[in-house]
Amino acid sequence: MATKYDQAIAAEIIASFDARPELLVQILNGFLARYGHIPDEAIVQIAQALNLSRADVYGVVRFYHDFRTEPPGSTVVKICQAESCQAMGSRELTAHAERSLGIRLHETTADGSHTLEPVYCLGNCACSPAIMIDSRVYGRVDAARFDALIRDPGSA
Amino acid sequence: MGERTRVYVPRETAALSLGADEVADAIARAAAESATAIELVRNGSWGMSWLEPLVEVETGGERIAYGPVGAADVESLHAAGFLAGAEHALKLGPTRDIPYLSEQDRWTFERCGLIDPLSLDEFQRHGGFAGFRRALEIGPTATIEAVKASGLRGRGGAGFPTGIKWQTVADTSAEQKYIACNADEGDSGTFSDRILMESDPFTVIEGMAIAGFAVGASRGYIYLRSEYPLARTVLTGALDAARRSGWLGTDILDSGFDFDVELHVGAGSYVCGEETSMLESLEGKAGLVRFRPPLPAIEGLFGRPTAVNNVVTLGSVPKILVTGPEAYADRGVGRSRGTLAFQLAGNVKRGGLVELAFGTTLKELIEHWGGGTASGRPVRAVQIGGPLGAYFPAALLDTPLDYEAFAAKDGVLGHGGVVVFDDTVDMAAQARFAMEFCAVESCGKCTPCRIGSVRGVEVIDRILAGENRDVNLELLDDLCDTMVDGSLCAMGGMTPFPVISALKHFPEDFEASAGATR
Repeated sequence: MATKYDQAIAAEIIASFDARPELLVQILNGFLARYGHIPDEAIVQIAQALNLSRADVYGVVRFYHDFRTEPPGSTVVKICQAESCQAMGSRELTAHAERSLGIRLHETTADGSHTLEPVYCLGNCACSPAIMIDSRVYGRVDAARFDALIRDPGSA
Repeated sequence: MGERTRVYVPRETAALSLGADEVADAIARAAAESATAIELVRNGSWGMSWLEPLVEVETGGERIAYGPVGAADVESLHAAGFLAGAEHALKLGPTRDIPYLSEQDRWTFERCGLIDPLSLDEFQRHGGFAGFRRALEIGPTATIEAVKASGLRGRGGAGFPTGIKWQTVADTSAEQKYIACNADEGDSGTFSDRILMESDPFTVIEGMAIAGFAVGASRGYIYLRSEYPLARTVLTGALDAARRSGWLGTDILDSGFDFDVELHVGAGSYVCGEETSMLESLEGKAGLVRFRPPLPAIEGLFGRPTAVNNVVTLGSVPKILVTGPEAYADRGVGRSRGTLAFQLAGNVKRGGLVELAFGTTLKELIEHWGGGTASGRPVRAVQIGGPLGAYFPAALLDTPLDYEAFAAKDGVLGHGGVVVFDDTVDMAAQARFAMEFCAVESCGKCTPCRIGSVRGVEVIDRILAGENRDVNLELLDDLCDTMVDGSLCAMGGMTPFPVISALKHFPEDFEASAGATR
């Protein structure tokens, strides 16, 4: 990820969805998978290719939480903030994560290694509290397990 | 060496979140080191999340369960001879005899855990596509009649009769109609859609094909939330397999019926689980909810008649057609017929999926299946039906689990999620969170929801600070009324439910000093 923006690659992503305007959300998901965020250049290029205004595309980008417009840290850590996880201590876990990484929710560490984000339900509610590191979900995460997973996400 | 011993390790989110992949690797390694030939099957989950990773060994024609298994347990399991079903501290006995499972009434989830989710052969060997074949035999009208007679209601939360929705779409003439499967399972405490999609995806596809045949739709969409990456992988594989083998495409089974399904993935918006917001998102737009009428069944996706159904609703249909609607309708109570897959979550000892006929009490579900709280402390509050559902105090735990019984107590059963809290919960914080969540997730189209939720947080903060308490309590009450009556959809219209119920049942938590002492 975090590859440099490339118009040819962007055109490929758009073409893989046949430049269909009704697939705009899917196209943006394609950019997200490729770049980890929605670059400004993408909004311009998508708008042109789909024959939409830039404002149209930007409005869609702004609506969805996933479509961040700034590059995230190299590892994205999401902590579930919803009720089931609250019942199992996610508020305390979040406070621990903020202390441990030295950042608040929605922030990225100064060295660019981690971004911490809230998420509202990962569907792992029988094993609360749950977190997601990049695209992997972990269950029953307490402070010690959180620290271990930050050091090594493979130590499930 | 005779036949290879078959070992099952689930590839399902809850199991993976507790290390199932590492367990599978360790089992494969141990077998290789001892030169034992095994066949490792990555099945779905039985839904007994508290026992995950649940490893099964097939021996003597039976599946013997061990769990919860960590990668570090594999060496001792191997040494004990678990591949022959030997005794071990983690041995649970035959999977089918585990009471948590054997006492359930599995209808929609009967194949979950049993099969390799992507094996069309196993799916069909266990009854898959029999419902679709039956629909093709009896025709669209009789199919809709069967769904009506079963009493099936929408399992996404709204509980609208499925057969009547299908009838409306069928009766509306249009060149193109659609089936939209709502897989945007965003409610906290719910995961039944996810388990079905990850563990038995062909059932969802079969349900969609039946729906398409019944209403005259040749195209279907699945709208899946982005928080479910594994379900995406599994559904993509299942759709490819169904297309390759002719279960999707043109002239399916030489019936003249064409049907195909496109998978769309959302982008982290809760409100997109609301049906009209989902339709907007499926059209590539921001998920702003639509005014109703017109109903989506008449003017839905791209302005065409669309049957919007939840994953579990669609997944329940095939078996209704195979057994006939009576078997389904015979289950349940009152106007809540059939089964609901309850999801036990939060502070509960034995969390997981429990499919039961309607009518069991909340208490039985939490105590008998759930085993009480995980913390061992008393249950203080239970939120049923997701973040827009009411909080029930311990005194209401004898409420039977059916739509009307819950409505009578100002609650909702919704999608069947049950989130348990022990006596350390701060109900004022939970009420505040309900408003806060609405402020984050509101689509912004209507004022009561967009502004009301922000004001709701502020008013609760003032109450907790002891500022003009009585006046602000009255204001909160008025605000909740405005949101309930004036919002366009359930997001703003139901956010007051957890707030009002918390105020009603737990007023002591809203005392000015309460927050400080907790």
